[in-house]
Amino acid sequence: MTSFKAVADRALLVEFGTAISPEIHAQVVRLDRLLALSPPSGLLEVTPAYANLMISFDPVVTDHQAMTAAVQAVLTGPEPAMAQARSHDVAVCYDPDLGTDLAQVAQMKGMSTEAVTAAHLAADYRVYLYGFAPGYAYLAGTPAALHLPRKTTAVRDIPAGRVIIAGPQCIVTTLKMPTGWWIIGSSPTKILRDGPQPFLFAVGDTVRFHRISRQDHDAL
Amino acid sequence: MRCDLRITAAGPLCSLQDAGRPGFLRYGVPGSGPMDQAALAVVNAALGNPAGQVAVEVSLGGLVLDCVAGEVSFAVAGGGFEVTLGGRVLAPWPVARLHAGQRLTVRAGSWGAWAMLGFAGQVQATQWLGSRSTHSQSGLGGGSLVTGQRLVIDGAETRPARDGDLVAPDWARPGPQTRVTVGPQERFFDPDVLAAFLGPGFTLSQAYDRMGVRLQGPLLPVNATLDMPSEPILRGAVQVAGDGVATVMLADHGTTGGYPKLATVIGADLDGFVQRRSGDAVRFVAVSPAQAVVAARQAHARLAAYLAEVAAPRASLADRLMQANLISGVTDGR
Repeated sequence: MTSFKAVADRALLVEFGTAISPEIHAQVVRLDRLLALSPPSGLLEVTPAYANLMISFDPVVTDHQAMTAAVQAVLTGPEPAMAQARSHDVAVCYDPDLGTDLAQVAQMKGMSTEAVTAAHLAADYRVYLYGFAPGYAYLAGTPAALHLPRKTTAVRDIPAGRVIIAGPQCIVTTLKMPTGWWIIGSSPTKILRDGPQPFLFAVGDTVRFHRISRQDHDAL
Repeated sequence: MRCDLRITAAGPLCSLQDAGRPGFLRYGVPGSGPMDQAALAVVNAALGNPAGQVAVEVSLGGLVLDCVAGEVSFAVAGGGFEVTLGGRVLAPWPVARLHAGQRLTVRAGSWGAWAMLGFAGQVQATQWLGSRSTHSQSGLGGGSLVTGQRLVIDGAETRPARDGDLVAPDWARPGPQTRVTVGPQERFFDPDVLAAFLGPGFTLSQAYDRMGVRLQGPLLPVNATLDMPSEPILRGAVQVAGDGVATVMLADHGTTGGYPKLATVIGADLDGFVQRRSGDAVRFVAVSPAQAVVAARQAHARLAAYLAEVAAPRASLADRLMQANLISGVTDGR
């Protein structure tokens, strides 16, 4: 069931549900693609999330009613040629000096640190959305055996490149920022980059992690 | 011509801002740009600059600049700051010329929290994702201003015909009320909590920066488990954390969040809202989305009319007198 919510004078929130699921997210990605292929008049920006998209528009050019009608029209129109979801291979080093919470995660889950890293490595991840800070891509796919609620308080000044988990989610950080998530490793793979493609992932892409040594991590 | 400025003192939260960095919310990058967006448009129009040219955003901490070399026209708008040039107090929204050896200060004045200081020339500033606006948490873009830093203005010009004082329009001031639409996640709140939000009002707390401002006032408890997946955030969203405290998300806001948004400030009232200071009162009133669109169009027309007025060269009094003399001289000669 698709719902439309008017937000202030200049946005429409289109919701396909309220859960984190691949089926709901596929509808988000589909509408995002449809709007990119045939942008309605006055459209400024589309922000996809887990179960909904925020469509910002210029209220001098259009309004909520016209934008709702335009979105309904593209939703019932021809199927879009979907952009090919790419798959990415992200390097991660689980050295305990870098993955500073690895031992605690293992202890809380009653596992060895080796079992934690093996579980993290074995999973397939999908880019659901970006949020919080530039380049913070929310990857869902962390196996249930590793699900933990976030810490009660955030820890300040976590360096860029840390691999952090909470619940089913995983992020490779891009900036020195606070986080309440669990730090299990570090990646030299840059998500936020210079050049013509400043963000490594597109929403909908898939990600796998592979292990590297501390030596290789520091060399990259 | 090049003009060199030394930042002799910069309070916290002074930064370079152009019209903003739209198009990257999907990558976690907020729009940034000026807290008071109309103020940037005003300084650029008053100087005859292209719209959206990068300028200095001055916080209540104030800014002291010394002109080391060259000369340049400048303009200040936004809030009612105290502006001095070479020790002389100017109007709060002046257009004037700064010369080598002179000091320009912009300090907190009678009202307002954010001023824009624009120049007739291009301030050297790093671009990120096509914009020179500073993203305050990362410092990416033009950057925050720090004491001791140099600012270089390329293509600096003096434009004497633009000298003069602008009159700050009434709509640039914060009114007693800020209009919001309800939602989009009002389902997490009981009707009496929404009524409390729209009640006698709130005070802006000290937790106020370019990301947002936390409000002090009635607590706004959520009525359900906070299990919503992260949703996109619009500038102006009133986000309520698990402790029932509301934060209004501003220029450098996080792009998604898992806390519900009880209401959203309408675009027409965003600039006025941020010109309140910590400790100032604010009362929220609800309007429909359709009313918000009408207000946006009125505000757009009002700003366009004001910009057209300030974009016309004012010409200095001396220039006008000289023109009058020349014309009368011609007449006398016949």
